Order: sequence, then structure tokens, then C-alpha cells
Amino acid sequence: MNIRAQVLLWTAQRISAAVLALCVLVHLVTMIYAVKHGLSAAEVLGRTRGNPGWAAFYALFVAAIAVHAPIGLRTILSEMLRWRGAALDLLVLAAGIALALWGWRAVWGVFV
Amino acid sequence: MRSENSRTLSVRVWRGRESGGFRIYEVPRLESQTVLDVVTYIQRSLDQTLSYRFACRVGVCGSCAMTVNGKARWTCRTHVAGVAQGDQIEIAPLANLPVIKDLVTDMSRFFDKWAQAKGQFYGTRTRADDFARVSPDSPQRQAIDAAIECIGCGVCYSSCDVVTWNSAYLGPAALNRAWTLVNDVRDTARVARLAAVAGDAGCHACHTHLSCTERCPKNLVPTASIAGLKRAVAAAALKGGI
Repeated sequence: MNIRAQVLLWTAQRISAAVLALCVLVHLVTMIYAVKHGLSAAEVLGRTRGNPGWAAFYALFVAAIAVHAPIGLRTILSEMLRWRGAALDLLVLAAGIALALWGWRAVWGVFV
Repeated sequence: MRSENSRTLSVRVWRGRESGGFRIYEVPRLESQTVLDVVTYIQRSLDQTLSYRFACRVGVCGSCAMTVNGKARWTCRTHVAGVAQGDQIEIAPLANLPVIKDLVTDMSRFFDKWAQAKGQFYGTRTRADDFARVSPDSPQRQAIDAAIECIGCGVCYSSCDVVTWNSAYLGPAALNRAWTLVNDVRDTARVARLAAVAGDAGCHACHTHLSCTERCPKNLVPTASIAGLKRAVAAAALKGGI
């Protein structure tokens, strides 16, 4: 991977971290609200189904995770296992795609 | 209560190269004694085969840095009273550098990385030209002032976890040097230098653990210099400059 791509990965991780900070906050507040008000699964689904706002929010949340986590994983594997190179890059790319697909599938599941 | 003069210090000193072991020496404890005094006493009075490196003895040259009780320090500016645990002290060579013998490390890799980070100044003026005018109040000059006093002792490099995990990482001192040149308005190699300090082996590998900043005997803040480089390089990369 060339130097510019490495720098852009770092930049993407910084930007996605900023998005995640906001998303995690909203998510936690939502969870606390749901627990405090004793919302059932059906009641939660009643609020998310057909609601493009929640779908867009969680789709963004998943996208930020799918960008942020694999870049961090790449650094961790590189530093802990001394593993560098194209194979590592492909592995974390696959991890990012998997996270995005699984996450968006879940978002779709509570939207439709 | 015994006076310091009647006490002895039990000193564990690394002997050997990469493989080796600690040997214990008993050294008289003196008032205002530095760790360098201890090492010198051992070499001159107990074991002449002990190798160590020093020059100025007063915190100017930076050549006597060693690992004292697990932390990299200048031995000449470290009082025994400040670091001894009871009457015991452990002295080892700097970490993250190959050991030549005993307490002497091979600093080549450390200084080679200064060159890799383009730590040299590249200018255009000659002797025939007038002096460049740089305002002491300019942000660039102030950024340089904050970082320029590094004397290359290697304490930050030895203390850096990222260097331990990633041997290609340029390290705090080389990046701090590059930051002073990135801010030098006379320098002409900005783009090449930003490219040299970027990426997985450069400033972006820093995890901001701040060990370099905590241990720097000159109280410099390499972490801030590295953060400045990260911003400058990212901006250049987004604009397609590198």
C-alpha cells in the first residue's frame, strides 16, 4: 500500500471516529430510554419499521463501524503479530465488507 | 539512622550483549550521588571490563542515557536518592536499540531514522544572500522554538512502545526534528519531508501514549510535534500533495 493510501486510511479512521462518537452517544441514550420505559421488542420495532430517520441513522452507524474497525484491526495485527503486506490489507478489507453487510442487513431487518 | 556515607548501594548492572544477565555490585552510597557516578565507580574501582558511554557529565551531550529501574534517563542528571528503591538500583542499556556491550547501545538505527525523516535542512540561499527575516512571534517560529532543543539522547526512542512493536517506526526524536523543519519557512523540502514522515512507519503510527513526552529530559513535547505532522500530512494527502 502506498504512503498516500496509508495516510488516507488514517484520515478515514479519524473521521469515522468522530461519527462514531456521536452515533454511540445517540445509541446509548436510545437504549437507556428503551430500558427505562420498559419498551418491548414489538414496541421498539413499531418505532423503527418504516422510519427512514432511524434507518438512516443506523445505516450511518454501521458504515462508520465498517470503516473504523478494520483500520484499527490492521494496526493491531501489524503491531502484535508483525504482520504487514497485501494479505493483511485484503483480510481487513474483507472484515470491513462483512461488518457493513451484516450491519446493514440488521438495519434492513428492523426497517421493513 | 545511618548516614548515607555508611551505606552501600546494591547495583544490578546488565552485562553482555543482547543475551547476558545482571551482575550485582556493592557501591558506597554518597551524598548527591548520580547514577553516572555509580557506573563510573564500578568501572574504575570494581570491574574495569564494564563498558558504558558518557561525555559531558552535566546534561549537555545526551550520551549517558541508560535504563534506570526500568525507565530511560540521563544517568548524569539522575540522583541515586531519587530513583533507588531502598538501597537497590538496576541499570540496563537503552531499550529499542541493539546492545553493543553492557550499557552501550548501537545508536546507528536511531540516527539513520533522522536521515530517513529528512532531518536535514534544505535551503536556497548562499553566503552572498542576506539573512532570512523570520519573526520570533510567527506561529512557525514558535512551533520550532518549542521543539528545537532536542540533543538526540535517545530517551524518547527507548521509551516508545510503538518503536518496540514496529521496528520501522521513525520514532519521536526523528519526527520532532522533521516538525521543526516543516515549520522552517526557509526550507524547500517540505513536500518530500511530509511524504518521508507519513504512513505506517511514520507519524501516523503514533498512538499518543505520551511516553516520549513524559520521559524527555529536556521537557520537550514530541507528541505535539507528531500531532502537528499528522495534521500537515493528512492535509497534504487530501489535496493530493503527497
